[in-house]
Amino acid sequence: MFELLGITPQALFGQLLLGLINGSFYAMLSLGLAIIFGLLNIINFTHGAQYMLGAFVTWALLHYFGLSYWWALPLAPLIVGASGIVIEKLFISRLYHLDHLYGLLLTFGLALIIQGVLRNNFGISGLPYSIPPQLSGGQNLGFMFLPNYRAWIILVSVIVCFGTWFVIEKTRLGAYLRAATENPTLTGAFGLNVPLMITLTYGFGVALAALAGVLAAPIYSLNPNMGAELIIVVFAVVVIGGMGSILGAIVTGFGLGLVEGLTRVFYPEGSAVVIFVIMAIVLLIKPAGLFGRTA
Amino acid sequence: MNKTGFVLAALAASLMSTAVYADDINIKIGVLNDRSGLYADLSGEGSVIAARMAVEDFGAAEKGINVEIVSADHQNRPDVASTVARQWYDEEDVDVIVDVPTSSAALAVNELSAERGKVFLVSGAATSDLTGPACNATTIHWTYDTWALANGTGSAMVEQGGDTWFFLTADYAFGHALERDTSAVVEAAGGEVVGTVRHPFPGQDFSSFLLQAQASGASVIGLANAGGDTTNSIMQAAEFGITQAGQALAGLLVFITDVNALGLETAQGLVLTESFYWDLNEGTREWSERFAEELGTGNMPTMVQAGVYSSVLHYLKAVEETGSKDAEEVVAAMKEMPTDDPLFGPGEVRQDGRKIHDLYLFRVKTPEESEGPWDYYETLSTIPAAQAFRPMEDGNCPLVQ
Repeated sequence: MFELLGITPQALFGQLLLGLINGSFYAMLSLGLAIIFGLLNIINFTHGAQYMLGAFVTWALLHYFGLSYWWALPLAPLIVGASGIVIEKLFISRLYHLDHLYGLLLTFGLALIIQGVLRNNFGISGLPYSIPPQLSGGQNLGFMFLPNYRAWIILVSVIVCFGTWFVIEKTRLGAYLRAATENPTLTGAFGLNVPLMITLTYGFGVALAALAGVLAAPIYSLNPNMGAELIIVVFAVVVIGGMGSILGAIVTGFGLGLVEGLTRVFYPEGSAVVIFVIMAIVLLIKPAGLFGRTA
Repeated sequence: MNKTGFVLAALAASLMSTAVYADDINIKIGVLNDRSGLYADLSGEGSVIAARMAVEDFGAAEKGINVEIVSADHQNRPDVASTVARQWYDEEDVDVIVDVPTSSAALAVNELSAERGKVFLVSGAATSDLTGPACNATTIHWTYDTWALANGTGSAMVEQGGDTWFFLTADYAFGHALERDTSAVVEAAGGEVVGTVRHPFPGQDFSSFLLQAQASGASVIGLANAGGDTTNSIMQAAEFGITQAGQALAGLLVFITDVNALGLETAQGLVLTESFYWDLNEGTREWSERFAEELGTGNMPTMVQAGVYSSVLHYLKAVEETGSKDAEEVVAAMKEMPTDDPLFGPGEVRQDGRKIHDLYLFRVKTPEESEGPWDYYETLSTIPAAQAFRPMEDGNCPLVQ
């Protein structure tokens, strides 16, 4: 079979693994988007910029304060998450009673502003950031050389995705959140502080994006456009998975990473569009997405 | 009597105004490039500043040439570039468009300039087709091109023993041209191209393509891409241990801003071809320091920005010489007059629109060798102007057949 495809099994395994690594980023980013959409009903177009901010804060912590990658790992998501909370309180909270379109325009505008300001100050070519020494080097798996840092990305991503899914689906806090999603008025009548939950959820979704940014800082060109390029794909992932579905976001994120990885081997020219082709097909057959519920 | 007096006065007034008018030429220069995407640092606002410096250094105002500079962002898209260029030519009386990185966008503007009979001075774009099949009587390709890059870096790599090549090619006009021209150089030198993969432009994750390159067993991986695509490829090749395992990377188009983004730790040892480096001599240093002060981001000029300066300067000289802004007349004068400026030294513009000057083969210094910020290159050799660019008869340019 492998001979038929014109590729050795070794090469195929290597490419599948790489697809999984890219899928880790898609999963983490689409997870944040799905949570925010589920609870706030806001399509958060600032997500890409917040991912980029995570990477920039990581760089800034090292450059201005001498704080290493290991400090940035908790600090950058906290800082960017806090900025998300401010944005929610100041702007987004005023839009809940309006049409989706307003939230979309607001968050899209914010993203453009953040990118523009950073571009003016840091240019577009990118800033250098090295892989932390503890994670440099790599393992020879026989079929490919796997850099330790890439293995680390998969590990962090799986833990974070599973943890988030567990909290939302299996704990009391998660039950409150799901109740607030389902019927905010009734949930509030039971004495739960729904506005606070919404604010914190937005902050958490943003922090997830920033964490993905920290992970990306040492391996991708760290520039103000890094999020804009990724976010469109991530939106497609969320749409395919089903808007607002936590499990859908995670599974589709990893799955589409794999599909994209395979396309890069068999038809590299098409690797930029394959996800959108799948999106079109899924929307035709199952408009609510693979894991979505029709209202 | 009254009537005659009025007519005379009007005549005198019109004579006076034409007398003033004859000395004054109004030129509008449009700097069209990437102001927000991956090529914004290597062209962008820096190119606008370079054009302005050329106008000031030439002393246009004192010579009765009034120059206005406008600029726009083409977002690296041919359709946007065409729309802006059409508006500039048809509605805003722009006389000359300069820079235009991204080959597909430059080819679009080239076609439009030929149609409208306007001058097009290319600095940012790379494809050698601009002086080949797509050449045009009023287009001049200034700074570098894919043939020159292939000839410089490609030959050097083959000489060092890199005889089997695998290309990572940006999937648009520029990448295709660079791959084609480099393949020709490699094959002419007895080497072999064992494979190629075309990646979407712009890309972010190149590990998959790099692993395909590794599996091919080629001794050289040729990066036929630019800007952020190149820096990402180089970073990830180091991460996946590809360079350590013995395969060499050939960055076919690397700008100094890319080296700055990579950091010397990652970029050291890269061999690359450029037509300009800020630290070449007294003239380039003096100009570059003025440029950096104007730009204010701490960046030194790239060869693209230097090329914008040089081309605008030569254009203004030709306008002064001919006393006209007629596109064909001015470009004919530009081709007739030898070029000379502190940045590129003496050179000339050939009949096919190719501007020729010396090129340099540089090696990126190690962190220990570098003596300060932006001290990045060591000169390996100078490729004389006569050999640096594709011979005119090989280009298939209709203008010279």
